[in-house]
Amino acid sequence: MIPAAFEYKRPMSLEEAISHLAEHGYDARVLAGGQSLIPAMRYRLAQPAVLVDINKLPNLGYLLEENGKLRIGALVRDTDVEFNKNIQSKYHLISDVSMVVADPIVRFRGTVVGSLCHNDPSGDWAAAAIAARAEMVIQGKNGTRVEAIDQFLVDSFATSIGEGELAVEARFPIPNERTSGAYEKIERKVGDYATAAAAVQIELNPDGTIKEAGIGITAVAHMALRVVEGENLLRGQKPSLDLIRAAAEEARKIADPNPDARGSAEYKKDMARVLVGRGLIKALRRLNVAVA
Amino acid sequence: MEITLKINGAEKKLNVEPRTLLVHAIRDAGLTGTHIGCDSSSCGVCTVVLDGKTAVKSCTMFAVMAEGHEITTIEGMAQGGKLHPLQQAFHDQHGLQCGYCTPGMIMAAHVLLQHNPNPTEEEIRFGLSGNLCRCTGYQNIVKAVQQAAQMLQQPAGAAADD
Repeated sequence: MIPAAFEYKRPMSLEEAISHLAEHGYDARVLAGGQSLIPAMRYRLAQPAVLVDINKLPNLGYLLEENGKLRIGALVRDTDVEFNKNIQSKYHLISDVSMVVADPIVRFRGTVVGSLCHNDPSGDWAAAAIAARAEMVIQGKNGTRVEAIDQFLVDSFATSIGEGELAVEARFPIPNERTSGAYEKIERKVGDYATAAAAVQIELNPDGTIKEAGIGITAVAHMALRVVEGENLLRGQKPSLDLIRAAAEEARKIADPNPDARGSAEYKKDMARVLVGRGLIKALRRLNVAVA
Repeated sequence: MEITLKINGAEKKLNVEPRTLLVHAIRDAGLTGTHIGCDSSSCGVCTVVLDGKTAVKSCTMFAVMAEGHEITTIEGMAQGGKLHPLQQAFHDQHGLQCGYCTPGMIMAAHVLLQHNPNPTEEEIRFGLSGNLCRCTGYQNIVKAVQQAAQMLQQPAGAAADD
Protein backbone atom coordinates (compact mmCIF):
# COMPACT_ATOMS: atom_id res chain seq x y z
CA MET A 1 0.00 0.00 0.00
CA ILE A 2 1.15 3.51 -0.82
CA PRO A 3 1.09 6.27 1.78
CA ALA A 4 -0.68 9.53 1.00
CA ALA A 5 1.53 12.21 -0.53
CA PHE A 6 3.41 14.53 1.81
CA GLU A 7 5.97 17.28 1.70
CA TYR A 8 9.42 16.00 2.66
CA LYS A 9 11.86 18.07 4.70
CA ARG A 10 15.37 16.93 5.44
CA PRO A 11 16.92 19.43 7.83
CA MET A 12 20.65 19.27 8.40
CA SER A 13 20.60 21.06 11.76
CA LEU A 14 18.49 21.04 14.91
CA GLU A 15 17.60 24.71 14.39
CA GLU A 16 16.36 23.99 10.89
CA ALA A 17 14.31 21.00 12.10
CA ILE A 18 12.67 23.07 14.81
CA SER A 19 11.91 25.88 12.42
CA HIS A 20 10.12 23.41 10.08
CA LEU A 21 8.17 22.04 13.02
CA ALA A 22 7.26 25.54 14.18
CA GLU A 23 6.15 26.56 10.71
CA HIS A 24 3.93 23.53 10.10
CA GLY A 25 2.72 22.85 13.64
CA TYR A 26 0.63 19.73 14.05
CA ASP A 27 0.47 19.25 10.26
CA ALA A 28 4.07 18.04 10.51
CA ARG A 29 5.33 14.78 11.93
CA VAL A 30 8.88 13.93 12.90
CA LEU A 31 10.38 11.00 10.98
CA ALA A 32 13.11 9.16 12.90
CA GLY A 33 13.18 5.36 12.59
CA GLY A 34 9.75 5.38 10.99
CA GLN A 35 8.99 1.85 12.16
CA SER A 36 5.59 2.85 13.58
CA LEU A 37 4.88 5.95 11.51
CA ILE A 38 5.52 4.48 8.05
CA PRO A 39 3.25 1.44 8.62
CA ALA A 40 0.56 3.81 9.95
CA MET A 41 0.97 5.94 6.83
CA ARG A 42 0.79 2.91 4.55
CA TYR A 43 -2.54 2.02 6.12
CA ARG A 44 -3.47 5.73 5.88
CA LEU A 45 -4.11 5.77 9.60
CA ALA A 46 -1.71 8.71 9.53
CA GLN A 47 -1.63 11.26 6.69
CA PRO A 48 0.75 13.99 7.77
CA ALA A 49 1.06 16.90 5.35
CA VAL A 50 4.74 17.35 6.13
CA LEU A 51 7.41 14.91 7.29
CA VAL A 52 10.51 16.30 8.97
CA ASP A 53 13.20 13.63 8.58
CA ILE A 54 15.68 14.07 11.45
CA ASN A 55 17.99 11.22 10.40
CA LYS A 56 20.64 13.57 9.01
CA LEU A 57 20.81 15.74 12.13
CA PRO A 58 24.28 15.62 13.69
CA ASN A 59 24.95 14.60 17.28
CA LEU A 60 21.69 12.85 18.17
CA GLY A 61 23.07 9.30 18.11
CA TYR A 62 24.79 9.43 21.49
CA LEU A 63 24.27 6.80 24.18
CA LEU A 64 26.28 7.76 27.23
CA GLU A 65 26.29 8.02 31.01
CA GLU A 66 26.58 11.48 32.50
CA ASN A 67 25.60 13.09 35.81
CA GLY A 68 23.88 9.97 37.08
CA LYS A 69 21.81 9.48 33.93
CA LEU A 70 21.92 7.26 30.87
CA ARG A 71 21.36 9.73 28.03
CA ILE A 72 19.74 8.26 24.92
CA GLY A 73 19.81 10.62 21.93
CA ALA A 74 16.87 10.79 19.53
CA LEU A 75 18.68 8.79 16.83
CA VAL A 76 19.76 5.87 19.05
CA ARG A 77 18.33 2.73 17.48
CA ASP A 78 16.89 -0.11 19.51
CA THR A 79 19.81 -2.30 18.41
CA ASP A 80 22.32 0.28 19.72
CA VAL A 81 20.78 -0.40 23.12
CA GLU A 82 20.34 -4.14 22.57
CA PHE A 83 23.98 -4.73 21.58
CA ASN A 84 25.53 -2.42 24.24
CA LYS A 85 27.58 -4.43 26.76
CA ASN A 86 27.28 -1.83 29.53
CA ILE A 87 23.50 -1.83 29.22
CA GLN A 88 23.40 -5.62 29.17
CA SER A 89 25.33 -5.83 32.42
CA LYS A 90 23.88 -2.92 34.38
CA TYR A 91 20.48 -1.93 33.00
CA HIS A 92 18.48 -5.12 33.42
CA LEU A 93 15.08 -3.64 32.63
CA ILE A 94 16.27 -1.67 29.59
CA SER A 95 18.22 -4.67 28.29
CA ASP A 96 15.16 -6.94 28.64
CA VAL A 97 13.01 -4.46 26.70
CA SER A 98 15.59 -3.96 23.96
CA MET A 99 15.43 -7.66 23.10
CA VAL A 100 11.66 -7.85 22.61
CA VAL A 101 10.69 -4.61 20.88
CA ALA A 102 9.05 -5.50 17.57
CA ASP A 103 11.46 -7.89 15.79
CA PRO A 104 15.23 -7.99 15.20
CA ILE A 105 15.10 -6.27 11.80
CA VAL A 106 12.75 -3.51 12.92
CA ARG A 107 15.06 -2.84 15.88
CA PHE A 108 17.88 -1.80 13.52
CA ARG A 109 15.81 1.25 12.54
CA GLY A 110 13.39 1.92 15.40
CA THR A 111 14.45 4.47 18.01
CA VAL A 112 13.83 4.59 21.76
CA VAL A 113 12.90 8.26 21.74
CA GLY A 114 10.65 7.82 18.70
CA SER A 115 8.78 5.01 20.41
CA LEU A 116 8.22 7.17 23.49
CA CYS A 117 6.99 10.05 21.30
CA HIS A 118 4.63 7.75 19.38
CA ASN A 119 3.16 6.62 22.72
CA ASP A 120 1.35 3.65 21.28
CA PRO A 121 -0.93 2.11 23.93
CA SER A 122 1.02 -1.12 23.39
CA GLY A 123 4.49 0.42 23.28
CA ASP A 124 7.26 -1.31 25.20
CA TRP A 125 9.49 1.66 25.98
CA ALA A 126 6.74 3.66 27.68
CA ALA A 127 6.24 1.00 30.34
CA ALA A 128 10.00 0.80 30.90
CA ALA A 129 10.34 4.57 31.13
CA ILE A 130 7.57 4.65 33.72
CA ALA A 131 9.13 1.88 35.85
CA ALA A 132 12.62 3.39 35.65
CA ARG A 133 11.37 6.96 36.17
CA ALA A 134 12.86 8.34 32.99
CA GLU A 135 12.78 11.93 31.83
CA MET A 136 12.45 13.45 28.38
CA VAL A 137 14.45 16.36 27.05
CA ILE A 138 12.43 18.52 24.69
CA GLN A 139 13.88 21.25 22.53
CA GLY A 140 12.00 24.24 21.16
CA LYS A 141 12.90 27.59 19.68
CA ASN A 142 13.61 29.07 23.08
CA GLY A 143 15.71 26.30 24.58
CA THR A 144 15.17 22.94 26.22
CA ARG A 145 12.95 21.67 28.98
CA VAL A 146 13.12 18.40 30.90
CA GLU A 147 9.92 16.59 31.72
CA ALA A 148 9.24 13.59 33.93
CA ILE A 149 7.87 10.66 31.93
CA ASP A 150 4.53 10.76 33.75
CA GLN A 151 3.95 14.31 32.53
CA PHE A 152 5.33 13.53 29.07
CA LEU A 153 2.96 10.62 28.33
CA VAL A 154 -0.46 12.26 28.08
CA ASP A 155 -2.85 9.88 26.32
CA SER A 156 -3.06 7.31 23.51
CA PHE A 157 -0.62 8.48 20.82
CA ALA A 158 -0.29 11.83 22.62
CA THR A 159 2.55 13.45 24.52
CA SER A 160 3.26 16.87 25.97
CA ILE A 161 5.43 17.83 22.97
CA GLY A 162 4.09 21.13 21.68
CA GLU A 163 4.08 22.70 18.23
CA GLY A 164 7.58 23.56 17.12
CA GLU A 165 9.18 21.19 19.63
CA LEU A 166 11.35 18.12 19.19
CA ALA A 167 12.15 15.42 21.76
CA VAL A 168 15.93 15.14 21.58
CA GLU A 169 16.74 12.73 24.42
CA ALA A 170 15.41 10.20 26.91
CA ARG A 171 17.21 10.01 30.26
CA PHE A 172 17.18 7.00 32.55
CA PRO A 173 18.70 7.10 36.05
CA ILE A 174 21.85 4.94 36.28
CA PRO A 175 20.95 1.93 38.45
CA ASN A 176 23.18 1.29 41.46
CA GLU A 177 24.30 -2.22 42.44
CA ARG A 178 21.21 -2.73 44.61
CA THR A 179 18.88 -1.96 41.69
CA SER A 180 17.46 -4.40 39.19
CA GLY A 181 14.46 -4.74 36.95
CA ALA A 182 12.79 -6.92 34.38
CA TYR A 183 10.41 -6.77 31.44
CA GLU A 184 7.82 -9.50 30.99
CA LYS A 185 5.80 -9.59 27.78
CA ILE A 186 3.29 -11.97 26.29
CA GLU A 187 2.95 -11.82 22.51
CA ARG A 188 1.31 -14.21 20.07
CA LYS A 189 4.33 -14.05 17.80
CA VAL A 190 7.50 -11.98 17.49
CA GLY A 191 6.61 -8.58 16.09
CA ASP A 192 2.96 -8.63 17.14
CA TYR A 193 1.63 -6.13 19.64
CA ALA A 194 1.90 -7.37 23.20
CA THR A 195 -1.11 -9.16 24.62
CA ALA A 196 0.05 -7.65 27.90
CA ALA A 197 3.42 -6.58 29.29
CA ALA A 198 4.91 -5.31 32.54
CA ALA A 199 8.09 -3.40 33.36
CA VAL A 200 9.39 -3.37 36.92
CA GLN A 201 12.37 -1.89 38.68
CA ILE A 202 13.37 -2.38 42.33
CA GLU A 203 16.00 -0.66 44.45
CA LEU A 204 16.88 -2.30 47.76
CA ASN A 205 18.17 -0.65 50.93
CA PRO A 206 21.40 -2.09 52.43
CA ASP A 207 19.18 -3.90 54.99
CA GLY A 208 17.32 -5.71 52.20
CA THR A 209 14.08 -3.75 52.40
CA ILE A 210 12.72 -2.12 49.25
CA LYS A 211 13.80 1.49 48.91
CA GLU A 212 12.06 2.30 45.64
CA ALA A 213 9.83 0.40 43.27
CA GLY A 214 8.64 1.21 39.76
CA ILE A 215 5.90 -0.67 37.92
CA GLY A 216 4.65 0.14 34.41
CA ILE A 217 2.12 -1.92 32.47
CA THR A 218 1.36 -1.66 28.77
CA ALA A 219 -1.10 -2.98 26.18
CA VAL A 220 -3.75 -3.21 28.90
CA ALA A 221 -5.24 0.29 28.86
CA HIS A 222 -5.57 3.42 26.68
CA MET A 223 -1.86 3.99 27.38
CA ALA A 224 0.95 2.62 29.52
CA LEU A 225 0.08 3.03 33.19
CA ARG A 226 2.03 3.40 36.42
CA VAL A 227 0.80 0.96 39.08
CA VAL A 228 1.01 3.52 41.87
CA GLU A 229 -0.68 1.44 44.58
CA GLY A 230 1.56 -1.52 43.82
CA GLU A 231 4.66 0.66 44.15
CA ASN A 232 3.33 2.06 47.46
CA LEU A 233 2.80 -1.44 48.85
CA LEU A 234 6.38 -2.45 48.04
CA ARG A 235 8.19 0.66 49.28
CA GLY A 236 9.83 0.15 52.70
CA GLN A 237 8.88 -3.52 52.93
CA LYS A 238 10.95 -6.68 53.05
CA PRO A 239 10.46 -8.69 49.83
CA SER A 240 8.16 -11.70 50.17
CA LEU A 241 5.88 -13.71 47.94
CA ASP A 242 2.78 -12.37 49.71
CA LEU A 243 3.99 -8.80 49.21
CA ILE A 244 4.60 -9.44 45.50
CA ARG A 245 1.17 -11.03 45.12
CA ALA A 246 -0.45 -7.99 46.71
CA ALA A 247 1.50 -5.53 44.55
CA ALA A 248 0.74 -7.51 41.39
CA GLU A 249 -2.96 -7.54 42.22
CA GLU A 250 -2.91 -3.73 41.99
CA ALA A 251 -1.95 -4.07 38.32
CA ARG A 252 -5.00 -6.25 37.68
CA LYS A 253 -7.20 -3.66 39.38
CA ILE A 254 -6.14 -0.70 37.25
CA ALA A 255 -5.76 -2.52 33.92
CA ASP A 256 -8.63 -1.58 31.60
CA PRO A 257 -7.91 -3.41 28.34
CA ASN A 258 -10.01 -3.80 25.21
CA PRO A 259 -10.84 -7.38 24.30
CA ASP A 260 -9.47 -8.40 20.90
CA ALA A 261 -8.05 -11.42 19.07
CA ARG A 262 -5.27 -11.55 21.69
CA GLY A 263 -7.63 -12.19 24.56
CA SER A 264 -10.63 -11.08 26.60
CA ALA A 265 -10.46 -8.08 28.89
CA GLU A 266 -10.52 -10.35 31.94
CA TYR A 267 -7.66 -12.45 30.59
CA LYS A 268 -5.51 -9.42 29.85
CA LYS A 269 -6.20 -7.93 33.28
CA ASP A 270 -5.09 -11.15 34.87
CA MET A 271 -1.99 -11.29 32.66
CA ALA A 272 -1.07 -7.79 33.84
CA ARG A 273 -1.12 -9.22 37.38
CA VAL A 274 0.84 -12.33 36.45
CA LEU A 275 3.49 -10.41 34.51
CA VAL A 276 4.07 -7.85 37.27
CA GLY A 277 4.53 -10.73 39.70
CA ARG A 278 6.94 -12.55 37.42
CA GLY A 279 8.88 -9.36 36.78
CA LEU A 280 9.26 -8.62 40.47
CA ILE A 281 10.44 -12.15 41.19
CA LYS A 282 12.96 -11.97 38.34
CA ALA A 283 14.26 -8.53 39.40
CA LEU A 284 14.73 -9.73 42.98
CA ARG A 285 16.43 -12.92 41.81
CA ARG A 286 18.85 -10.75 39.84
CA LEU A 287 19.66 -9.08 43.18
CA ASN A 288 20.20 -12.53 44.69
CA VAL A 289 16.98 -12.32 46.68
CA ALA A 290 14.93 -15.50 46.39
CA VAL A 291 11.27 -15.16 47.23
CA ALA A 292 9.90 -18.11 45.29
CA MET B 1 12.22 14.38 -7.05
CA GLU B 2 15.48 12.94 -8.35
CA ILE B 3 17.56 10.90 -5.95
CA THR B 4 20.72 8.84 -6.24
CA LEU B 5 20.83 5.49 -4.52
CA LYS B 6 23.91 3.35 -4.20
CA ILE B 7 22.72 -0.21 -4.68
CA ASN B 8 25.20 -3.09 -4.78
CA GLY B 9 28.00 -0.64 -5.39
CA ALA B 10 26.38 1.01 -8.42
CA GLU B 11 24.89 4.51 -8.33
CA LYS B 12 21.39 4.67 -9.71
CA LYS B 13 19.56 7.90 -10.47
CA LEU B 14 15.88 7.47 -9.75
CA ASN B 15 12.84 9.66 -10.04
CA VAL B 16 10.67 9.11 -6.98
CA GLU B 17 8.02 10.78 -4.91
CA PRO B 18 8.84 11.32 -1.23
CA ARG B 19 6.25 8.64 -0.42
CA THR B 20 7.92 6.02 -2.64
CA LEU B 21 8.90 3.10 -0.46
CA LEU B 22 12.46 1.85 -0.78
CA VAL B 23 11.30 -1.60 -1.90
CA HIS B 24 9.38 -0.10 -4.83
CA ALA B 25 12.37 2.04 -5.83
CA ILE B 26 14.67 -0.99 -5.74
CA ARG B 27 12.31 -3.09 -7.83
CA ASP B 28 11.63 -0.25 -10.29
CA ALA B 29 15.41 0.01 -10.73
CA GLY B 30 15.23 -3.50 -12.18
CA LEU B 31 16.34 -5.39 -9.09
CA THR B 32 13.39 -7.67 -8.53
CA GLY B 33 15.17 -10.12 -6.24
CA THR B 34 13.85 -8.13 -3.29
CA HIS B 35 10.28 -9.30 -2.82
CA ILE B 36 7.15 -7.68 -1.45
CA GLY B 37 5.20 -9.78 1.01
CA CYS B 38 2.91 -8.52 3.72
CA ASP B 39 2.94 -4.75 3.24
CA SER B 40 2.73 -4.48 7.03
CA SER B 41 6.38 -4.66 8.20
CA SER B 42 5.74 -8.17 9.51
CA CYS B 43 7.15 -10.72 7.12
CA GLY B 44 10.68 -9.54 6.29
CA VAL B 45 10.80 -10.77 2.67
CA CYS B 46 11.80 -7.24 1.61
CA THR B 47 14.79 -7.14 3.99
CA VAL B 48 17.85 -5.44 2.49
CA VAL B 49 21.19 -4.52 4.05
CA LEU B 50 22.05 -0.92 4.82
CA ASP B 51 25.70 0.10 5.17
CA GLY B 52 26.88 -3.49 5.46
CA LYS B 53 25.89 -4.12 9.05
CA THR B 54 22.25 -3.20 9.51
CA ALA B 55 19.13 -4.70 8.00
CA VAL B 56 15.96 -2.87 7.11
CA LYS B 57 12.56 -3.95 5.89
CA SER B 58 12.59 -1.93 2.68
CA CYS B 59 8.78 -1.54 2.81
CA THR B 60 9.30 0.47 6.00
CA MET B 61 11.68 3.11 4.71
CA PHE B 62 11.10 5.83 2.15
CA ALA B 63 13.51 5.63 -0.79
CA VAL B 64 14.57 9.20 -0.16
CA MET B 65 15.78 8.20 3.33
CA ALA B 66 18.25 5.76 1.77
CA GLU B 67 20.21 8.50 0.01
CA GLY B 68 23.78 8.47 1.23
CA HIS B 69 23.56 4.86 2.41
CA GLU B 70 25.02 1.75 0.78
CA ILE B 71 22.23 -0.68 -0.04
CA THR B 72 22.90 -4.35 -0.63
CA THR B 73 20.24 -6.60 -2.13
CA ILE B 74 20.31 -10.30 -2.92
CA GLU B 75 21.70 -9.45 -6.38
CA GLY B 76 24.79 -8.00 -4.69
CA MET B 77 25.71 -11.15 -2.80
CA ALA B 78 27.36 -13.32 -5.47
CA GLN B 79 30.80 -12.08 -6.48
CA GLY B 80 32.52 -12.89 -9.76
CA GLY B 81 29.95 -15.51 -10.69
CA LYS B 82 30.50 -17.35 -7.41
CA LEU B 83 27.62 -17.69 -4.97
CA HIS B 84 28.04 -16.06 -1.58
CA PRO B 85 28.53 -18.72 1.14
CA LEU B 86 25.01 -17.98 2.41
CA GLN B 87 23.54 -18.62 -1.05
CA GLN B 88 25.63 -21.76 -1.43
CA ALA B 89 24.54 -22.99 2.01
CA PHE B 90 20.84 -22.33 1.29
CA HIS B 91 21.32 -24.36 -1.88
CA ASP B 92 23.24 -27.20 -0.16
CA GLN B 93 20.85 -27.48 2.80
CA HIS B 94 17.72 -26.90 0.70
CA GLY B 95 16.95 -23.88 2.90
CA LEU B 96 13.93 -23.00 0.83
CA GLN B 97 10.69 -24.49 -0.37
CA CYS B 98 8.81 -21.99 -2.54
CA GLY B 99 11.73 -19.55 -2.27
CA TYR B 100 9.67 -16.41 -1.76
CA CYS B 101 11.17 -15.57 1.65
CA THR B 102 14.70 -16.57 0.65
CA PRO B 103 16.15 -13.19 -0.39
CA GLY B 104 14.99 -11.62 2.87
CA MET B 105 16.19 -14.59 4.90
CA ILE B 106 19.63 -14.41 3.32
CA MET B 107 19.96 -10.65 3.85
CA ALA B 108 18.81 -10.96 7.48
CA ALA B 109 21.18 -13.88 8.05
CA HIS B 110 24.00 -11.87 6.45
CA VAL B 111 23.57 -9.11 9.03
CA LEU B 112 23.14 -11.62 11.85
CA LEU B 113 26.50 -13.18 10.98
CA GLN B 114 28.18 -9.76 10.88
CA HIS B 115 27.23 -9.27 14.53
CA ASN B 116 27.59 -12.85 15.64
CA PRO B 117 29.88 -14.90 13.35
CA ASN B 118 29.36 -18.13 15.28
CA PRO B 119 25.75 -18.19 16.46
CA THR B 120 24.05 -21.03 18.30
CA GLU B 121 20.91 -22.55 16.82
CA GLU B 122 18.88 -20.56 19.33
CA GLU B 123 20.62 -17.33 18.37
CA ILE B 124 19.91 -18.00 14.69
CA ARG B 125 16.23 -18.59 15.43
CA PHE B 126 16.11 -15.41 17.54
CA GLY B 127 17.97 -13.38 14.91
CA LEU B 128 15.67 -14.49 12.08
CA SER B 129 12.46 -14.15 14.07
CA GLY B 130 11.46 -11.06 12.08
CA ASN B 131 11.44 -13.08 8.86
CA LEU B 132 8.59 -15.43 8.09
CA CYS B 133 8.64 -18.56 5.92
CA ARG B 134 5.03 -19.46 5.14
CA CYS B 135 6.15 -22.88 3.91
CA THR B 136 7.45 -23.26 7.49
CA GLY B 137 10.78 -24.47 6.15
CA TYR B 138 12.66 -23.17 9.13
CA GLN B 139 14.67 -26.30 9.96
CA ASN B 140 16.71 -26.17 6.78
CA ILE B 141 16.98 -22.39 6.89
CA VAL B 142 18.63 -22.69 10.30
CA LYS B 143 20.91 -25.48 9.01
CA ALA B 144 21.87 -23.31 6.03
CA VAL B 145 22.86 -20.41 8.28
CA GLN B 146 24.90 -22.80 10.42
CA GLN B 147 26.71 -24.07 7.34
CA ALA B 148 27.30 -20.53 6.05
CA ALA B 149 28.74 -19.50 9.42
CA GLN B 150 31.21 -22.38 9.17
CA MET B 151 32.11 -21.57 5.57
CA LEU B 152 32.66 -17.89 6.40
CA GLN B 153 34.98 -18.78 9.27
CA GLN B 154 37.20 -20.90 7.05
CA PRO B 155 40.01 -19.12 5.24
CA ALA B 156 39.18 -18.20 1.65
CA GLY B 157 39.69 -21.09 -0.75
CA ALA B 158 39.51 -23.75 1.93
CA ALA B 159 35.80 -24.44 1.41
CA ALA B 160 35.26 -28.05 0.46
CA ASP B 161 34.01 -28.76 -3.03
CA ASP B 162 31.36 -31.45 -2.87
